[in-house]
Amino acid sequence: MKIVDALAPAAVGLAVLGGWEGLVRLYGVPPYVLPGPVAIAHALAEDWPLLSGSLLVTLRIALLALLLAVSLGGLLAVAFAQSRWVERAFFPYAVVLQVTPVVAIAPLILIWVDDVTLSLLICAWIVAFFPVLSNTVLGLNSADRNHVELFRLYGASRWQTLWLLRLPGALPFFLAGLRVAGGLALIGAVVAEFVAGAGGAGSGLAFRILEAGYQLKIPRLFAALALISALGIAIFAALGLVQHLLLRRWHESAMQPEG
Amino acid sequence: MTLVALDGVGKRFASGTEALAGIDLRIGAGEFLAILGPSGCGKSTLLRLIAGLAEPSSGRITRQASRQVGFVFQEATLLPWSDAITNVRLPLRLAGIDRAEQEARAAAALDQVGLRGFERAYPRELSGGMRMRVSIARALVTRPSLLLMDEPFAALDELTRHRLNDDLLALWAGSGVTVVFVTHSVFESVYLASRILVMATRPGRVAAELAMEAPAPRPTGFRTSAEYAALCRATTEALEGAMAQ
Repeated sequence: MKIVDALAPAAVGLAVLGGWEGLVRLYGVPPYVLPGPVAIAHALAEDWPLLSGSLLVTLRIALLALLLAVSLGGLLAVAFAQSRWVERAFFPYAVVLQVTPVVAIAPLILIWVDDVTLSLLICAWIVAFFPVLSNTVLGLNSADRNHVELFRLYGASRWQTLWLLRLPGALPFFLAGLRVAGGLALIGAVVAEFVAGAGGAGSGLAFRILEAGYQLKIPRLFAALALISALGIAIFAALGLVQHLLLRRWHESAMQPEG
Repeated sequence: MTLVALDGVGKRFASGTEALAGIDLRIGAGEFLAILGPSGCGKSTLLRLIAGLAEPSSGRITRQASRQVGFVFQEATLLPWSDAITNVRLPLRLAGIDRAEQEARAAAALDQVGLRGFERAYPRELSGGMRMRVSIARALVTRPSLLLMDEPFAALDELTRHRLNDDLLALWAGSGVTVVFVTHSVFESVYLASRILVMATRPGRVAAELAMEAPAPRPTGFRTSAEYAALCRATTEALEGAMAQ
């Protein structure tokens, strides 16, 4: 990557932060309405012991939910690809789960499941698993017709066709779904924490935001918000790296344009 | 010895289109048979029937029990996520042959098509001609008695095509494999084949059969010889006759 590619967005970011700080100071906006970046950074440093603990809680739930989404979504996709009948019978229910807003189901799940962490995990999983499932199903069904005939010609078993042809072919689709799921797992975790609120024993970042709001510690609220964004960006970047490493030798999406 | 025999074979698709009708054909061991015809005459369908990738809707296909088939598609159809040698050893892998033998035979097949040193290259790193060579190596790796090729060089530039034609002829002469080669090029069919089947369309059927008596392998300069020109003229006339039917 060229240095300019990294410099341009960094310059925009610095300009926005500088303008923000300048305006807050110029108009004397009180910190409980809108704190400047300096005050937020200060709160971040001061409350780091508290916030970093919450960061780990939210990170753990988001990553576990993503792991569950990948394994269950992937397994379901393979099952769907094995038989049209299974796909037809079960896919509508996956869609139902996907289109029902998680905010609406979260209270129910919190009632049914005693363990708060587990109920947060279930909420985050519900949001994250669908892109993995639908993308992987699409990928598994997108095998090249000539490749399928080639495998048939050489007497490949169903298992061999799945393992050597359909799964590798579905990888780019799966990875695209994974990148979407990574962001959604975090959103699911945060939304579920909000719903659980002070009623739960939650101590994730969303809980810190609620808590800081009640206590009018607005700089801390912004600091927690900044950490959620940073977490989302980090997950997205990490999954992007995984995607690049897995596809760089063969897939068009991972190619550098030449010339 | 007859490797594959077709008797009154017809093929009608589910859509109702009659692709082939009344095909009688004997494919003898060791011959180089070209199937020549315009687009849409069902020559690819005929090849798929011979391969066993599709079933005829009428007539009968008898195959010699011990035959091993290699198939080369119009495109190289390599697995893009596998390097050249992994692509070539795929048929052996599917047959459950042990890994060391897979590697050895795949390396030998790549050598045979002039690609030694490219074992670890991925398909996208190879030119169109090299990809087609990998595809041919993959078809040869099972040591087939019958090699079926479906317009394999149609997408390549002329020089590459000529070179691959010569290499294919050398392979054929050296291994005794039977080749069935589908093409829409008169010049290619005359250059390669020991027998040409000219097909007509709607429905696809055999319009003429021509035996090529030119020496095999072709001597250098054959492409510009008067004999080649005469054979091409005769074949073109047969093809034009078929298209006028």
